[in-house]
This record gives sequence, structure tokens and C-alpha cells, in this order.
Amino acid sequence: MKRMVEFTVNGEAREMAVNGCCSLLDALRDEVGLTGTKKGCDVGDCGACTVLVDGEPVNACLMLAVEAEGRAVETVEGLQPGVDRLHPLQDAFMRHGASQCGFCTPGILMMAKKLLDDNPHPSDEDIRFGLSGNICRCTGYTKIFDAIKSAAREMEATRP
Amino acid sequence: MRRFDYHRAETLEHASRLLTELGDDTFLFNGGTDLLVEIRERLRRVRNVVDIKQIPGLSDITYNETRGLTFGALVTVGRLENLSLVRQRYPNLRSALASLGSIQVRNRATVVGNICRASPSADTIPPLVADGAFVHIYSRTNMRVVPICEFFTGPGRTVLAKGEIVTGITVPPAGDNTGKAYLKHGRRKAMELSTVGVAVSLAMDDGVCSDIRIALGAVGATVLRAPQAEAMLRGTRLDAEAVRSAADKAMEECTPISNVRASADYRRDMVGVLTGRAIKQALETFA
Repeated sequence: MKRMVEFTVNGEAREMAVNGCCSLLDALRDEVGLTGTKKGCDVGDCGACTVLVDGEPVNACLMLAVEAEGRAVETVEGLQPGVDRLHPLQDAFMRHGASQCGFCTPGILMMAKKLLDDNPHPSDEDIRFGLSGNICRCTGYTKIFDAIKSAAREMEATRP
Repeated sequence: MRRFDYHRAETLEHASRLLTELGDDTFLFNGGTDLLVEIRERLRRVRNVVDIKQIPGLSDITYNETRGLTFGALVTVGRLENLSLVRQRYPNLRSALASLGSIQVRNRATVVGNICRASPSADTIPPLVADGAFVHIYSRTNMRVVPICEFFTGPGRTVLAKGEIVTGITVPPAGDNTGKAYLKHGRRKAMELSTVGVAVSLAMDDGVCSDIRIALGAVGATVLRAPQAEAMLRGTRLDAEAVRSAADKAMEECTPISNVRASADYRRDMVGVLTGRAIKQALETFA
């Protein structure tokens, strides 16, 4: 039996009809059409599907779509502040080569956004702790850390 | 994912009725971080899930000096982990909470879910056992309160009867004379199941140990106490020699198995090492 779910994605009100067993991840990708959020392991180990729900990072694969009722979901597609403007994290990830195959990147960007929103000056240890649920098999993390620290400086410089 | 039907319970009575009436293969759905994995990996056959997250009154956290810390079934691991009260008063529980899964998992997983899953390696169980916590259980006919050490009957098994629902946990108050620690041993720090976990909760009066509880995780069918090791330490000053003998005794008291994460011998050795270290760390509270 399908259920109607009303929620917001990246600030936009959406309505979808989903089966009770459909994950938020599958709903975002197949029903809403936002394929930026990736399906890595589908069991909560890799962090590639990290999205923010009411501001808190969760694995979209471990949440059912029906549970999104009335909630605000943010995905990587909502990260950029304007059509032709990138979020400082996105910009820094490109400049530092913090993305290779790119599959983990959307999840890491969302986790890094939450990290910098809560803690504008994270130490290496803070970043390591913050990203411990996001697995990257390409970069060795060094460039990801560089990019996050660079974005933190950039955001600090432009903060009003 | 294998298909199942989703039911949203409005009240405990409603949830309990659904659990009994929908038949076998019906499971409570709380944080879902274990259940959904088990469904996807086909470890558990599930036809119906009963979501209890809309039931009012299960999200509270309270603390007072006589009753201690009480939290409801819907309280997430992440919410407790970030509470300064837990950091200050229950460092053993706090350490277990912060080592469970990842931040993303902890934002969904609940402590009550962790104990109901009853894994011998569950991180939150050893500190709750060491602290002598109580489990509040609802059924349609009565409420009961069970000491947590009597809650588990085997790996993945508890005293819960069909239709019974754990509504919360109470952890006794932590006095100024108490010291606590939880040490988790794994192959990596994050996203890891514990190979061995040791929790200690002790009380010191005038330099003498008046009470101590040692809980051993992942070295038996359920989380175990080490009653003989504890008895050896009560009434002592917890000097290095006493702690070493008790740690050796704890190694005898555990019943580990060999599996993909470690051999039984290795686990037993680590019980000795971690028991000594956990007691030392618990004592640092008084330093």
C-alpha cells in the first residue's frame, strides 16, 4: 500500500507516494529525481547517502521515506547558494582535488557542511571524528581534510 | 529491499496490539539502524514493522539525585551522547555512546533499541550493567521493571514476551564517590563492533572500594558480570596487586567464542588487559 508523504527537499515542498518499505534514499533518487545522493553499501556503513534531516546528518538508506513526513531534508543538490555559485566546500573540494571517483563526495560534503555549521574552526581531530562515518577509498582523506580546512577559512573570511 | 508493510502506532496499547495481532514476522521499528540492515541482508524475515516514533511520552530525559537518569525508548544515542550530564556523571555510558557506529547512525539509533537487539557485543549494555540500570517494560495488562542483568536470556534474546515494549531505562544516580569507565577494543575506532568491551562502575569510601561492578561485553552469550573478580576487590584499596589478581580472575569468568573478529584466547587475554585499565581509568576520577 502506498502512502502519501509531504516534506520539503532543499526548501521546496514535495509530495510523493511511496511504499512503506521504501528507503528515503530510494525515494530521493527514484521518486524525487535527485540522484546526487549516492547508494554505496545500502546498510549504513559507508556514509555515501548522508543527507541532513531537520539539520541532523543521517544515512538516507537507514530511514524510511514515510518517516520524512513533515520533515526538512537537505541533499547535496541544495548545497550551492545560487545557480551559478558554489558552496565554499564544493569550490574547495574541486581546487584541492578532494574528489576522485566522486561516489563518496556528496555524503562527505553534507557531513562537512554540518561540521562547519556547528564548529567553524575544526581541528584535524574534529574533522576525523566528524567524518568517521564516511568512507572514501580513493583519496586517503588528506585532500578532503585540506579542502574542509580551506573552506573553513574561506567561510570565515566572507562571514559578515 | 525485501518488501514489508509499515504500521504507525499512535499509542503503546496500539503498538502492543499490532505486535500481537499481525503475527510472527512483525517487529518494532524504532531507530531502524539494525532492523533495516537485517532486512536488507536477509538476516531476519520481516513482514510488518510497527513504528513507535510517533507515540507521545517516550522522548523524555530526566535526572534527579534520588532516582538517577531516566530516558525514554525514543531517545537517540546521539542525543544522550551530547548531554553534559551524561558526560559528567556517566563517563562509562558516554564512552560507549560515542563509540557506537557513526554520527549518522547515532542520530537514528536508540539506546533502548541497542539493548533490545541484545547483541553480546552491544556497546551500551556493559556500562548499563555495571551501573545496575533498570528496564521499564509495558504490556497491555501491567508494567514491569526488570534489572538489566536479568533482561538478557541469550544472544539476541530477552525476557520480552510478545506484545511487550520497553518504554525506557533508569540508571541509578552517580554519587561523588563513584568512578566509571568503558573501554572498547576493536580493529578500528569508527564503525566498528566491539571485539571486547569492559565497563567498570566503582565506589570509593575513604580510599577503600565499597562497591564495584565489572561488566564484560562480547565474551559470552550475553554481557557478563565478573562476580568473583568484584568480590576480590571490594574492601581493598584497589592497589596494583589487587587489580592484577582480579583482572586474572575476570579472564577465568568470561566465556568467549572465536569468530571472524577474534579468537577466544585473544578475547580472554584482552579481558585481563582491559579490566585492569578500566579500573585504573575509573579511579582517575578521584585523582
